[in-house]
Amino acid sequence: MSPTRMMSVPAILPRLLIRGGHLIDPVNSVDEKTDLWIADGSLVARTEPGKMLDGFEPDEIIDATGALVCPGLIDLSARLREPGFEYKATLESEMRAAIAGGVTRLVCPPDTDPPLDEPGLVEMLKHRARNLAQTHVHPLGALTIGLKGEQLTEMAELSEAGCIGFSQGPLPVVNTQVLMRAMQYARTFDYAVWLYPMDPWVGRTGVAHSGIVSGRMGLPGVPVANETIALQTIFELMRVTGARVHICRLSSAAGIDLVRRAKQEGLRITADVAVHHLHLIDIDIADFDPNFRVQPPFRSQRDREAIRSGLADGTIDVVCSDHAPIDDDAKQLPFGEAEPGVTALELLLPLSLKWARESGFTMAQAIQRLTSNPATVLGRDAGQLGIGAQADICIFQPNRVWTVNAKNLFSQGCNTPYFGLDIEGQVSTVLVDGRCVFDRSKGGFAAGYKPRA
Amino acid sequence: MPRSIQINANGELNHLLTTEGIPRALILKILDRAKTFLDPNDPKEVVNAPHLAGKSVFNLFFENSTRTRTTFEIAAKRLSADVVNLNVQASSTSKGESLLDTIDNLAAMKADMFVVRHGQSGAPYLIAKHINKVAPHIRIMNAGDGRHAHPTQALLDAFTIQHFKGDFHHLRVAIVGDILHSRVARSNIHALATLGVPEIRAIAPLTLLPSGLKEMGLQVYTDLAEGLRGVDVIIMLRLQNERMRGALLPSTQEYFKHYGLTQEKLALAKPDAIVMHPGPMNRGVEIDSAVADGAQSVILSQVTFGIAVRMAVMSMLAESQH
Repeated sequence: MSPTRMMSVPAILPRLLIRGGHLIDPVNSVDEKTDLWIADGSLVARTEPGKMLDGFEPDEIIDATGALVCPGLIDLSARLREPGFEYKATLESEMRAAIAGGVTRLVCPPDTDPPLDEPGLVEMLKHRARNLAQTHVHPLGALTIGLKGEQLTEMAELSEAGCIGFSQGPLPVVNTQVLMRAMQYARTFDYAVWLYPMDPWVGRTGVAHSGIVSGRMGLPGVPVANETIALQTIFELMRVTGARVHICRLSSAAGIDLVRRAKQEGLRITADVAVHHLHLIDIDIADFDPNFRVQPPFRSQRDREAIRSGLADGTIDVVCSDHAPIDDDAKQLPFGEAEPGVTALELLLPLSLKWARESGFTMAQAIQRLTSNPATVLGRDAGQLGIGAQADICIFQPNRVWTVNAKNLFSQGCNTPYFGLDIEGQVSTVLVDGRCVFDRSKGGFAAGYKPRA
Repeated sequence: MPRSIQINANGELNHLLTTEGIPRALILKILDRAKTFLDPNDPKEVVNAPHLAGKSVFNLFFENSTRTRTTFEIAAKRLSADVVNLNVQASSTSKGESLLDTIDNLAAMKADMFVVRHGQSGAPYLIAKHINKVAPHIRIMNAGDGRHAHPTQALLDAFTIQHFKGDFHHLRVAIVGDILHSRVARSNIHALATLGVPEIRAIAPLTLLPSGLKEMGLQVYTDLAEGLRGVDVIIMLRLQNERMRGALLPSTQEYFKHYGLTQEKLALAKPDAIVMHPGPMNRGVEIDSAVADGAQSVILSQVTFGIAVRMAVMSMLAESQH
């Protein structure tokens, strides 16, 4: 039982019935209308719609008629901006964004200020998150002190404090010897190392994919070799050290090809892609809109097609939001000076559904890459709704259209290329630990949350 | 037809940010207008005109360039405008004011036109989009942004070519030098292609060539002699000293030996080929003095025409409806 669960749940949990919804639970191969019965924070029964359960008197019935019900989404990368960047966003605003996006469990990278390189910082973050009692938060610890790529952090201490793996965020370990030692040390305890495949030198000053668009716009380029060189180095160091690695944010066809071959070779890797990369390419950077500045950059159409097929064939395990709320002062700047990143927690589900619709995949296949697959990366029994499972549940309207704007977003960041556009698919109700924490029709969040100012 | 930030629904110029996407007819209209600002009896002389009387033109130079700023200042003054020069790099932004704060403040000072130079590609787009929201009467003129565009330079180059060569449809044009970092090259490529130049060549070592040139319709050469063979127009680009530091080139000497324009290399072009340079020149680096000062050089004509072309753009911007 996770600490979050112990702290956040009131003494007496309500007995709930989710009625009339269509359940998608890829792990248990369920894709049909099903009622869900919840008590003590867990799923106690699944029944045909409309049936009664002997001796179960629900305290509350959640009407999910016409909606889809799935395990709560698990996001492998969401920046909550604490500590240090509270002017961009707060833990409170971004955890609300997570819940409003159906995300009941998330991983936050260590590139805060100061970085998460000491157990005290991790404990503080976990403590703050627990008091807000919403989504489950799993910090990644810094791989090196200050993310400087020089000295190892106390990984065992950080792990005890709650870190689920170790990462540099998007910052490089320039010294390959240090990277090898870090992977070796992590291997000692079999901690997972999460690495962005970005060479620290090739394309270091680039801001857009090296190609026709960057050439035409006069934007310094990031060549595909930035990714492939880094991947080759990581794979070679994995062969040397035996470390377990999660590859963060693939962007190129050539990179995906290397990951595919490394998996065939038997290296212990998993990989993710940011949801925006399923849709956007360099040509979309219209009029130098800084909202299109991301890291790694949006690449060519060919790369996007490779990302989509890599996600289909399992080379890429997970779609994540790579959520990064950014304030206007850092974003409303000339393209090359704007801080990279998009606010994405609330777009993760709609943009994943859009991928499934456009690629001819089922809803279940999309949900799997947002729930059980990331649970596997985390090594947790989550992301499924079998009997006895922890009741983290997302209920959504797959065809409801809403406008992406400041009024509808709970995130403090409005930095998204989809700003002002209509998007299909909206989360309506969210349960965490068997408790309803969000109900859009009843005005949002459960008690304990103040309405957005 | 894609939505354009610089051309309004009537097809008039609202801002001048890039030569990309400006229709041929509109470019020719600018060149025709520029002609009216030259003395018909002596095309080396620029005339005065009242088009911008009572209007204020602000030169916002976030990147220092006295020469470029002066050409815009002269053009505005010849059109009877009031001119305010701001070297923004040395004032507000270094005190922590954001770019758009600066723009808001200057917009409140009754400006009618901003001439913007900025070190970052695309900065004038950010300004134009913001101005369209807060002060849509103000016109933005891009005087060079990062590696992206320098549209008035491309238009004055087109004017110069038209003046000396008449028609664009039979020309071979070679652009030589640091194309990777050159906003002049990018703007020239778009303008000349739109005007119907059938063959544009890029000549440079591989480290100074951006990606995507072939897709833009260019023929790419790494050998200067081969690239110059039979061309009508040679546009030389300035090579900046910091290129040696970025591991792009070993030395100016070696560069001159392989890519410097000498009389001997020039002889490979057509006998009546013209030599152009956007200035300021590095003699002995990209161009030999004998060529720069020689009979085929039209570099000083470019400077004069530059005033007339900038006057043309300013007068047309002042006339357009927002």
